[in-house]
Amino acid sequence: MSEQENRAAGRVAVLVDHLDGAVRPTALELLTLARGLGLEVHAVWVGYSAPSAELAAHGADAVHEVAVDGADAQLTASVVDALQTVLPAIGDVGLLLVPSTFEGREVAARLAVRTGAGVVTGASGVAFEDGRWTAHKSVLAGAWDTACAVTGPLAVVAVAPHAVQAVAQDGAAEPSVVRHTAEASAAARAVTVVSRTRRPTSERPPLAEAEVVVVGGRGVEGDFSGVEELADVLGGAVGATRVATDEGWIGHEAQVGQTGVTISPRLYVGLGVSGAVHHKGGMAASATVVAVNSDPDAPIFEFADYGIVGDLTEVLPALTAELRRRRG
Amino acid sequence: MRVVVCVKHVPDIQQPRSLRSDGLLVRGGDDDTLNELDEDAVEAGLRTAEAAGFPAEGHDVTVLTVGPSAAVESLRRGLAMGASTAVHVHDDAVAGSDAIATARVLAAAVAKLHAEQPVDVLVAGMAALDGLTSLVPAALAELLGWPQLTLADRIEVADGVVSVRRETSTDVEELTAPTPAVLSVTDQAFRARFPNFKGIMAARKKPVTTWTLADLDLAESAVGPAGSATRVVHAVERPERPDRVLVTGDAETVPALVDYLSQKGFA
Repeated sequence: MSEQENRAAGRVAVLVDHLDGAVRPTALELLTLARGLGLEVHAVWVGYSAPSAELAAHGADAVHEVAVDGADAQLTASVVDALQTVLPAIGDVGLLLVPSTFEGREVAARLAVRTGAGVVTGASGVAFEDGRWTAHKSVLAGAWDTACAVTGPLAVVAVAPHAVQAVAQDGAAEPSVVRHTAEASAAARAVTVVSRTRRPTSERPPLAEAEVVVVGGRGVEGDFSGVEELADVLGGAVGATRVATDEGWIGHEAQVGQTGVTISPRLYVGLGVSGAVHHKGGMAASATVVAVNSDPDAPIFEFADYGIVGDLTEVLPALTAELRRRRG
Repeated sequence: MRVVVCVKHVPDIQQPRSLRSDGLLVRGGDDDTLNELDEDAVEAGLRTAEAAGFPAEGHDVTVLTVGPSAAVESLRRGLAMGASTAVHVHDDAVAGSDAIATARVLAAAVAKLHAEQPVDVLVAGMAALDGLTSLVPAALAELLGWPQLTLADRIEVADGVVSVRRETSTDVEELTAPTPAVLSVTDQAFRARFPNFKGIMAARKKPVTTWTLADLDLAESAVGPAGSATRVVHAVERPERPDRVLVTGDAETVPALVDYLSQKGFA
């Protein structure tokens, strides 16, 4: 970009998602994406003790820690209060990246109402084009690709997981760390957190963030053990279709689809999955799709990169064994 | 108790859907229907009001939509499920509004309803299956200045306080806030009742109020493309992937698949 364009594009801020003091992997993807834009990158961390070296290695030129005074810091309204304090302090922010999670999108919505920003959700990429921040995304269960330009004063782009791969850079300069305090708004103070209990975590990577997801559908006929075994060999997460969760074969938290978890892994493996539009809408952003199903007419074969029409009880154990054998 | 439920009339996801040359979704097909996730919102609204004594004098469940004339069908569905009144914001100037501009219209309608008879709870679904942005509930909370309690799977209202249980990606939370509050519900806990014949007949007699932007004191410049801070500048149907592989067979197909995975760096 020319210097003039750089001035028009402004600075980039990234809302860093974290849990128990650790950066969420998707946040490192957002920083990597921001770094590639060639502009000043400011990481926003709600709370204290940000791992500034790690944030800098992925692209942050400056780290902003924000304490929220007067309300629970995890509430959507509190995070918006934090951003409303930090963004003007950074000055000239043209683009804010947030994760395209429910929480991230809710933050984007409230911030847009407060500031007049334009919001694009589920973005796979972002660029400064024709003098405007423009986000690229696929819509209608992956059938269409669109570009959406932001005409407001600030672009808030909610980025889908795995839009880019997180890459650390060597020799990043020590970032400046600035501390802020935000006063909680009435909207944040109005909500009381009665209790917050951590959900049990599995040994496997979280479904929404996993690079590999193995999904079981109706065709597994109630037995997810083979799905889990393959997921473990590939170091991936286990997902399921709505049928499988409704039948109680696996917990609801594994449901992939428009209303369950939206995934965008580098590799999707569908086992006995028909590929109905509900499910497709939640996995259409997968980079590579492999499907095994005994029904040659299953819709998943219309969009799978590699399909096997075959008996799952034969193919699945052979696949797991062959992968193990080659890995020695 | 007064409950308002926001619903949206959307293209049926089981049918082919497409975008117009200006990037807006083609709407108005015969198969357009009540957004499936809003059925859960209607159910949650009904159950919340029923716990307080609805249907009875002084209680009300209003279904609210903004959309073209056909959107009245989604209101009828809500009425057939048991809602008592319906409001349809219908104004051609609203077409082409993005999610935040749409929320502005809904918020103005809710504020008008609230001024007529105080609203205790506003309920929305977790997403609309056309845009899948999930922006509207939180935007409504901000616009109205009401607390947000989103993605609820349990709701209780007592003594002017709403309590919800919700699951985030990492935690189970119990939150409370004073009424009026904005809620959204997931598709897990409020499996929608099916309207019976009596409900469908009764819905024909229930009132549907139609409002325009003028009724809401909203300028045309606040909605539609002019009032939206985003604009679709490019839309193209995704081409078929050219190098797809489809084989038939059982265990003998596996080595070739593993070769493929290995090329891609997964094996």
